[in-house]
Amino acid sequence: MEKQYETVIGLEVHVELATKTKIFCGCSTAFGGEPNTHTCPVCTGMPGSLPVLNKRVLEYAVAVGLATNCEITKYCKFDRKNYFYPDNPQNYQISQLYLPICRNGNVEIETENGKKLVGIHEIHMEEDAGKLIHDEWDDCSLVDYNRSGVPLIEIVSEPDMRSAQEVIAYLEKLRMTIQYLGASDCKLQEGSMRADVNLSVREAGAEAFGTRTEMKNLNSFKAIARAIEGERERQIDLLESGHKVIQETRRWDDAKGESYAMRSKEDAQDYRYFPDPDLVPVVLDNAFLDEIRRKQPEFREDKMARYKREFDLPDYDIDIITAAKRMADLFEATVALGAQPKKVSNWLMVETLRLLKEKEMDPEDIRFSPEHLAKLISLADSKAVNSTVAKEVFEEMFENDIDPEKYVEEKGLKTVNDESALRRAVEKVIADNPQSVTDYRGGKEKAIGFLVGQTMKAMKGKADPGMVNQLLKELL
Amino acid sequence: MSILDKTATELGAAIKNGEVTVMQAVEASLSRIEESESLYNCYVTVDREGALAKAQEIQKKIDQGILTGPLAGVPTAIKDNMCTQGLLTTCSSKILGNFVPTFSAQAVLNLERAGAVILGKTNMDEFAMGSTTETSAFGETKNPWNPGHVPGGSSGGSAAAVAAGECFYALGSDTGGSIRQPASFCGVVGMKPTYGTVSRYGLIAYGSSLDQIGPLCKDVRDCATIMEILASHDPKDSTSIKRDDTDFTDALVEDVKGLRIGIPRDYFGEGLDPEIKEAVFGAAKVLKEKGALVEEFDLSLAEYAIPAYYTIAAAEASSNLERFDGIKYGYRTQNYSGLHNMYKKSRSEGFGPEVKRRIMLGSFVLSSGYYDAYYLKALRVKALIKKAFDDAFAKYDMILGPVAPATAPRLGESLSDPIKMYLGDIYTISVNLAGLPGLSVPCGIDSRGLPIGLQLIGDCFQEKKLIRAAYTYERARGGFAGPMQNTGSGVSGGSAGAGEEA
Repeated sequence: MEKQYETVIGLEVHVELATKTKIFCGCSTAFGGEPNTHTCPVCTGMPGSLPVLNKRVLEYAVAVGLATNCEITKYCKFDRKNYFYPDNPQNYQISQLYLPICRNGNVEIETENGKKLVGIHEIHMEEDAGKLIHDEWDDCSLVDYNRSGVPLIEIVSEPDMRSAQEVIAYLEKLRMTIQYLGASDCKLQEGSMRADVNLSVREAGAEAFGTRTEMKNLNSFKAIARAIEGERERQIDLLESGHKVIQETRRWDDAKGESYAMRSKEDAQDYRYFPDPDLVPVVLDNAFLDEIRRKQPEFREDKMARYKREFDLPDYDIDIITAAKRMADLFEATVALGAQPKKVSNWLMVETLRLLKEKEMDPEDIRFSPEHLAKLISLADSKAVNSTVAKEVFEEMFENDIDPEKYVEEKGLKTVNDESALRRAVEKVIADNPQSVTDYRGGKEKAIGFLVGQTMKAMKGKADPGMVNQLLKELL
Repeated sequence: MSILDKTATELGAAIKNGEVTVMQAVEASLSRIEESESLYNCYVTVDREGALAKAQEIQKKIDQGILTGPLAGVPTAIKDNMCTQGLLTTCSSKILGNFVPTFSAQAVLNLERAGAVILGKTNMDEFAMGSTTETSAFGETKNPWNPGHVPGGSSGGSAAAVAAGECFYALGSDTGGSIRQPASFCGVVGMKPTYGTVSRYGLIAYGSSLDQIGPLCKDVRDCATIMEILASHDPKDSTSIKRDDTDFTDALVEDVKGLRIGIPRDYFGEGLDPEIKEAVFGAAKVLKEKGALVEEFDLSLAEYAIPAYYTIAAAEASSNLERFDGIKYGYRTQNYSGLHNMYKKSRSEGFGPEVKRRIMLGSFVLSSGYYDAYYLKALRVKALIKKAFDDAFAKYDMILGPVAPATAPRLGESLSDPIKMYLGDIYTISVNLAGLPGLSVPCGIDSRGLPIGLQLIGDCFQEKKLIRAAYTYERARGGFAGPMQNTGSGVSGGSAGAGEEA
């Protein structure tokens, strides 16, 4: 009988924190500036420069720790991880090894077999490295330190996951929690959330873990799922053919759907970690922790229950709206302006999601304001615009956050309610389309659709289609 | 009295009342530098143009009443491990031989704000690693008392420059005695403040948890005056401490009545030059006569300080010096193939042997499998040393002892035996490990004509007690002839002594 294997997966997730300034200096963390413009002596490792901890980083790290049921280390330290690489200006990275800020947490995920807890081994704070740009034409490498010193937290899970589905569920849960905290936008594509997958396989029922590999360069949930499947199969094939799995770091090539070895444990570097003497130990008191606890937002589960209670929305709607903090915020703000909850929900679930998907955007990227959405809903409610026009206006709003009232006014999109004008248009359509009129009168009900269309066209889409229909029937 | 004979505060007062112009002071310093640099090599860089321009600017501000501080217009020198914007800063190393910082160290800014005129950057042991200033990549500095001898180190250039009249005072840095020991060897006053009192921002780190900037100067009044300018809370340095007791000149009073002074017996055992013992006990006697309560006690642990110090300092240094890789600034090898070869060659060619020795030592004690046995154990020793001092300061206001077991060795004597050189730090390094303030004040001249230093060690934040005791002692001791006054004719006096020993 064929052997059954179990996959054992643990994750190391790096999250870029949404602070305005870097972790140890006052430089901007903004993405995409000209190379080396968001830099100073500290984040370029100039001799004599010294790091000073950004308090916001600590607050975010603690907030994430509390939201993931971690113990908070009240006396924590930063350590230096020593290794030479040009993207690392001091040739050591300031990180945490011995006393990380958070330990022993967990998050609950939904699996095929119900709820499951995934343990969190630790969360530590550290600085990001710069970026190397290899110029193949000039045969040289350039370094951009804009990202050097951008604050990161690394969330290290226990090896508690058993499938790609569980990994994705865990990552989505983490992402949602962190987005709800406002601690990061967690975009995999832009690298503000990065996951390394530690994976091993063992025979079903075995106690001991197999030898694990670490997979890097996973830029989307899909890539993660594919990499997990690929690595699981690779390891099983090795074992089945009598080989051993080598402990190593591998790089996933999503385009090719395969991975290759980067470095093995044998050439793993000795990072010579030791406490950074330039930074004093961080001592947290209860007042600090209480303040962060007090500021924790309403998380998804609580929000879902409240939406049900307060707005009486269908579960399906609630599930979609609360899946992203940005959506939920928009929803609540628009409802607060007096819009009817179900109508707001419809705009978010249907048109907003459609456009996000079409434009490959995240909910975090939504630009339009709740005020504008509320105005649009009120325009549609009062039949000032018909639904086709409303959708057009919404698209414009989605793109450029225009004020729908002004836009409708300026573009003259208001529905024409002047019956005499409409009557004149309908009369002209009837006169111009004798064939359709004959067809309709001859019993072809469908012909009226064409006539409605012609009238709407003549009215430049600004008529109420119901009213046109009624007039046509009357005049025919 | 010639300009150069004045102390920094005397010169500051003379400039203030118009007796001397800043330009005269700067020109006097520059011409002394011109005369004697070829003999002593105190400086890596002399910024003649910069100093002359600054002299005019400062004079104007003094005339306009903008600068009124006690040291406005007084020429100074900065140890070459402190960043000076636009002025070469080498750490006396080939690897930083071309490095011009884009910003100035906070300590330098504090001096500049007080109207200092910077004459140049002083020579030092490479990256402050050494006790003789012989590990400099730019040649050794010689002791103005006798150019056949070293000035001590690592702030040897600063100490020698003050002794030789090539500046009125200088900044040094002290990681294991690097201010106090050269001050002692060169017959000047030097102080290492409580860790955290002077900002380390812009000080190119050797052992970050031990490094502290302090003054080298002609007398205790200068020391207190400079300390008032240097001490400041700096938000750019996480280890900087907010203090409201930095009015150090208030401690310039001749009064030690009731001051409890402890003399550690283990500082006077084997290995201490008997002439130093005599001079130090002589100083203790003076303080006793002035009303201090002096007694001997056992400090112990001193013998563990050296291995703990060299473990911690080397560990930190091995990491601190990683940034010197030839990529962003500093020396890069000419020929290389690939990144790692470039790193290796740049660093092999750029660092001198003592620096390499400490990088290797530090990398070893931090490496996996040895961390607990060496680095963590050294940290535990450090904590025990602090505890031993805490116990001592429960009984005494200060500890009195020698600065070094011997006076300045002859050139070349120390480099051949690094262990012996390391042992020379026995009385100074425990002060750094415990973060305490220490002050070195001249207390005699040995039979070879070389100065002897007295060390006063205080509890954290007790600089004022040290200043009070040192000031009282200095007044009682009377004038301390500098190397120039020794033979009357400045530079030749020093050189005359060069070959007197067989």
